[in-house]
Amino acid sequence: MAVCIAVIAKENYPLYIRSVPTQNELKFHYTVHTSLDVVEEKISAVGKALGDQRELYLGLLYPTEDYKVYGYVTNSKVKFVIVVDSSNTSLRDNEIRSMFRKLHNSFTDVMCNPFHNPGDTIQSKAFDGIVSGMMVQTA
Amino acid sequence: MESLTLSDVEQKYYSDLFVYCDTDNTKKVASNGRVLDLFRAAQLPSEVVLQITELCGATRLGHFGRSQFYIALKLIAIAQSGLPLRVESLNSGESINRIKDLPLPRFVVGKNEAEARHAALYQDPDSQGLYPAPGTAVIPRPPGRGHQNKKGHPSSTSLPVHEVIQPLATTIESQPEPTSPVVSPHQSPPTSPHSWRKHKRQHSGGNAERQPVVAATGAVWTQFREPQTGPVAGDGMWPSHSPPLPGQESWVSFTADTPPSSTLPAMHPSSVQESTTIRTVASAATTNEIQRQSSTYDDPWKITDEQRQYYINQFKTIQPDLTGFIPGSAAKEFFTKSKLPILELSHIWELSDFDKDGALTLDEFCAAFHLVVARKNGYDLPEKLPESLMPKLIDLDDSAEVPEQTADVGYSASPVEVTPNKSPSMPSLNQAWPEMNQSNEQWETFSERSSSSQTLTQFDSNIAPADPDTAIVHPVPIRMTPSKIHMQEMELKRTGSDHNHPTSPLLAKPPELSEEAKLPASMKFVAANTVGDGYSSSDSFTSDQEPITRQRSQSGTSPEALKVVAPPPPPPRPHPSHSRSSSLDMNRTFAATSATGQPQPSTIAYPPAVPPRPLPTQTSVPLTGHRVEAESIAGGGAVLTTTSPQQIPQQPNFADFSQFQAFAASEQPSSLPEVDKHIEPGQGDKPSEGAGPLRTVKSDGQADERPSATVNSGAKGSSGPLAPPPKPVRRRLKSEDELRPEDEQHGPQKSNVIAAVLATQPSIPRSVGKDKKAIQASIRRNKETNTVLARLNSELQQQLKDLLEERISLEVQLEQLRPFSHL
Repeated sequence: MAVCIAVIAKENYPLYIRSVPTQNELKFHYTVHTSLDVVEEKISAVGKALGDQRELYLGLLYPTEDYKVYGYVTNSKVKFVIVVDSSNTSLRDNEIRSMFRKLHNSFTDVMCNPFHNPGDTIQSKAFDGIVSGMMVQTA
Repeated sequence: MESLTLSDVEQKYYSDLFVYCDTDNTKKVASNGRVLDLFRAAQLPSEVVLQITELCGATRLGHFGRSQFYIALKLIAIAQSGLPLRVESLNSGESINRIKDLPLPRFVVGKNEAEARHAALYQDPDSQGLYPAPGTAVIPRPPGRGHQNKKGHPSSTSLPVHEVIQPLATTIESQPEPTSPVVSPHQSPPTSPHSWRKHKRQHSGGNAERQPVVAATGAVWTQFREPQTGPVAGDGMWPSHSPPLPGQESWVSFTADTPPSSTLPAMHPSSVQESTTIRTVASAATTNEIQRQSSTYDDPWKITDEQRQYYINQFKTIQPDLTGFIPGSAAKEFFTKSKLPILELSHIWELSDFDKDGALTLDEFCAAFHLVVARKNGYDLPEKLPESLMPKLIDLDDSAEVPEQTADVGYSASPVEVTPNKSPSMPSLNQAWPEMNQSNEQWETFSERSSSSQTLTQFDSNIAPADPDTAIVHPVPIRMTPSKIHMQEMELKRTGSDHNHPTSPLLAKPPELSEEAKLPASMKFVAANTVGDGYSSSDSFTSDQEPITRQRSQSGTSPEALKVVAPPPPPPRPHPSHSRSSSLDMNRTFAATSATGQPQPSTIAYPPAVPPRPLPTQTSVPLTGHRVEAESIAGGGAVLTTTSPQQIPQQPNFADFSQFQAFAASEQPSSLPEVDKHIEPGQGDKPSEGAGPLRTVKSDGQADERPSATVNSGAKGSSGPLAPPPKPVRRRLKSEDELRPEDEQHGPQKSNVIAAVLATQPSIPRSVGKDKKAIQASIRRNKETNTVLARLNSELQQQLKDLLEERISLEVQLEQLRPFSHL
């Protein structure tokens, strides 16, 4: 269960960001922003090899004392960032991967919508639903 | 002006219109304002309008008198009907019929609805077939009065007598047809009711003669107006478009949303015009229809047949092929016309694009259209696609749509039916819908599954044909039965037709074993052997894997087969001691055997001819040894050894195996499988159980075949004893062991000795001897497996390359499609 989920566009501006509202959302926004650097670093590191071979799932970007940040990049340089609570120990890597997969699928559905202009913020209810399903359920 | 003959319907209609245009109540209408609007509303080309005005003489007069107005209206009707405008046609006697047939001139929405209602009103009495029932009509018609009115029109030239012509109900009824091209983009709908109202007031204050008529009409209009003006906030124009045409559905008029005052220019030049026309005609009913429907039916999402027909027509304007797709961009433009906010359109798209492919099928399009209609009428968009809107799969469309379309046809056959009529029809249609939807969903899943399975199978088939003989098709459970089957298979392989080996009840098996089990058998065998699985079944598998070798061994002389199958061991099968580490047992065995003075051949050469039945275990063991030649894996021998002890208690066949080994020494490796088969038939009285049975069977088979084998031993090394085509699998298992000794000519004596030895000795010594052969056989088998796997690997590599290429090309395309680094 994620605490914050963000979709960053190719130009590194947010297309969609959503956090569990209990905490200071600004903190999560900041975290996501800083994680972009790590993402870039990881992309460039693998970029030496063939671009296609690059793994979409970037894995744990960096952990802090409170939470962990995972990253995922699509072939079009759209980045997904998931922030999970460190206390949530049961989350395995596979689960994170599956979350990213779902995000990616939902994202492509949004992109397929002809009424959605690439670069607009994502306002799809279906996408919201998927994200809500992945967020920590607050009481 | 020539005399104008108007039917009563027309009479009334024209008078109403005239009064409407006669804002000044001067009995003559200037060519301005309402008149122009009216004529524009007629949706005729401007030149036609000019022509009409000329014809009616207004240009001469400079204004529209009543007569001119009537003539103009008539001409409009003529023009709208597509008939050439001729003054003579107005009244010519011969064309009176035609005139009768002319529908009332149709004008824009505002007028149209009024007219439509008017027509509807007239329709009732008309439809009764007789004009003369005006009393029953909503609007009383003073037939004579109208005429008098006309005649007595001061401003106009003497109008001709208006004959009471039976109005044609058909014409009026034809109005509801959705395909009416006459309807023009509406103009201010609200103005029309207002105007009518005004008209009424004026009229009442005006001509007393017309008053009753007008009043009546006004009353009628008012009635219509009220529902019309029942404004729904979100609906805006909808109320004004109250359906004049019975049977009209909740059509969506995209253009209806335009501000009333604006004469909405056709979205697209011609086709849209038509579509807007359709929409307009339909739109009249939309609000009321929807409201009515929603109240009538529980499910507001049901698509009526007329709606569906409308949607289908709309679909055709974009995509003529009803089974094709509407691309997302085209759909976007289309639905943008509905003036809904993009966000809502986006949501509608999400709901309706069922397969998320960025394109709309006919069903998806209908669902989207329906949602837009509903939204425009104030219905909130659902969170999930309602079931009635679920699109059917395209696959099923052919089958499912047909009945539905027929239903549509049936329904549309009576377009004039009022909504209540629809209720019985709708539920049935909708009932069909959910069924089809559900079936579609089921179909959908099914098709998806089937497609995926197809891909899977195709993939498999690609691999399969690679190796006809030794290809690793797929593991097939081979019954690890006696060698007889094995031998039978061998025989089959050779002859390709021998399926009736009498020896083995496993006859049924040979075909499978020979063909399919070969590869998987070999694979399994390899695995088994590597694992050290001592089940003879695995041996048989491997032996199956090498039918070729087996065949060869069977068909060819033992030395030849041996050569082919087992490179290392030449026919003589030297191998005093195996250096292979794969089976230490083998070394031990061989050492033991060699120590015993019997070279490999001895171990291998099992008594072919008469494998002692009572020693099935023994025979099975030697069988394994025989197998060596075929393809027995090194472990096979070990396996055998391991199994044999297990099987010994179970079956005495193993004992035979050892005999068999000796026998096989003189025989070709092929004898091994034969031996197996022999074992089995021979085992008739012996229990054959699982892997053990295999060995035991083998041993029995061997035992059986040994006699014959011994006979043939001289003739052919390996295949001799195992005359009946043994299972290739078995053969492999045994042949390996047997192959080694195959060229060795061990008489039955030796085999007997060996058998006896084997019988007496525990599995270990047997295994030692067998190990050698087993190792050799296993080596052979491994090699064959390797080749098969290598082949498979190359194929897979090829496929991988292809896929990678595809992936690269797709990514290139993706990059090309995304040239815009958005924003």
